[in-house]
Amino acid sequence: MSSFKAFDIAASGMSAQNLRLNLVASNMANVDTISSSIERTYRAREPVFQAVMDGLDPTRPASGVRMLGVIESQAPLRKEYQPDHPMADEQGYIYRPNVNLVEEMANMISASRSYQSNVEVMNAAKRMAVSTIDIGK
Amino acid sequence: MNANSLFGIHEQALRLHDRRSEVLAANLANADTPGYKARDFDFQAVLREAMPGRSLPAVALRVTNPRHIAVAPLPPPLGDLQYRVPEQPSVDGNTVDAQREQAAFAENEIGHQATVRFINGALSTLRRAIRGE
Repeated sequence: MSSFKAFDIAASGMSAQNLRLNLVASNMANVDTISSSIERTYRAREPVFQAVMDGLDPTRPASGVRMLGVIESQAPLRKEYQPDHPMADEQGYIYRPNVNLVEEMANMISASRSYQSNVEVMNAAKRMAVSTIDIGK
Repeated sequence: MNANSLFGIHEQALRLHDRRSEVLAANLANADTPGYKARDFDFQAVLREAMPGRSLPAVALRVTNPRHIAVAPLPPPLGDLQYRVPEQPSVDGNTVDAQREQAAFAENEIGHQATVRFINGALSTLRRAIRGE
């Protein structure tokens, strides 16, 4: 029954936004994770979403959303000269992650708004399904 | 009197409201998917096609040679999905406008409730007739 399909779609949206929120949390938690080499420094991570199509039939709507993968930001890392730092390399540099806190905050709000709209969809689908079940009572 | 004439168009309308909620839920779930195009269908037009006696002809393949393999006529497509015309598409190619989709979803829910009330009304009429009130 298609009323229950709307539940699955909204649930996939909620799960995708939840994963996005997890990545934001991971980025913000690691904003000060210092490293002594470029390769080992944490880079800001972002999800890439993809619509899940119901077969190849163009007359059917997407049956949800999923996370295609996680990309690491290619923005330059912040290199600082701090020879006294215990993590400094031979030249006296430390590397800070390329996490942009302002971007992460905006991402967090966007993810939570999208999550909310999926919750609303689920509530509305629930009301619709219940009223259909109650027909004839 | 059969159930078809009792509920009339409302049975089809209920099915279409369910389907539309699915389409709009998919739009809202993909509000942050790069390249996703928001979709919807023209409820009135599809409902008019779904009216009894107004069914579209079945889709058949054209045969230009008697040796072509015969394919049984396909059922007419019900409710072709169309792409929404974006007002402000984003840079990543996504055309979902969350506010518009939410408004459409709310409208669809109200329509669904109205249809359910019509069906309930028809049923209570029938019940009253059976009881002889």
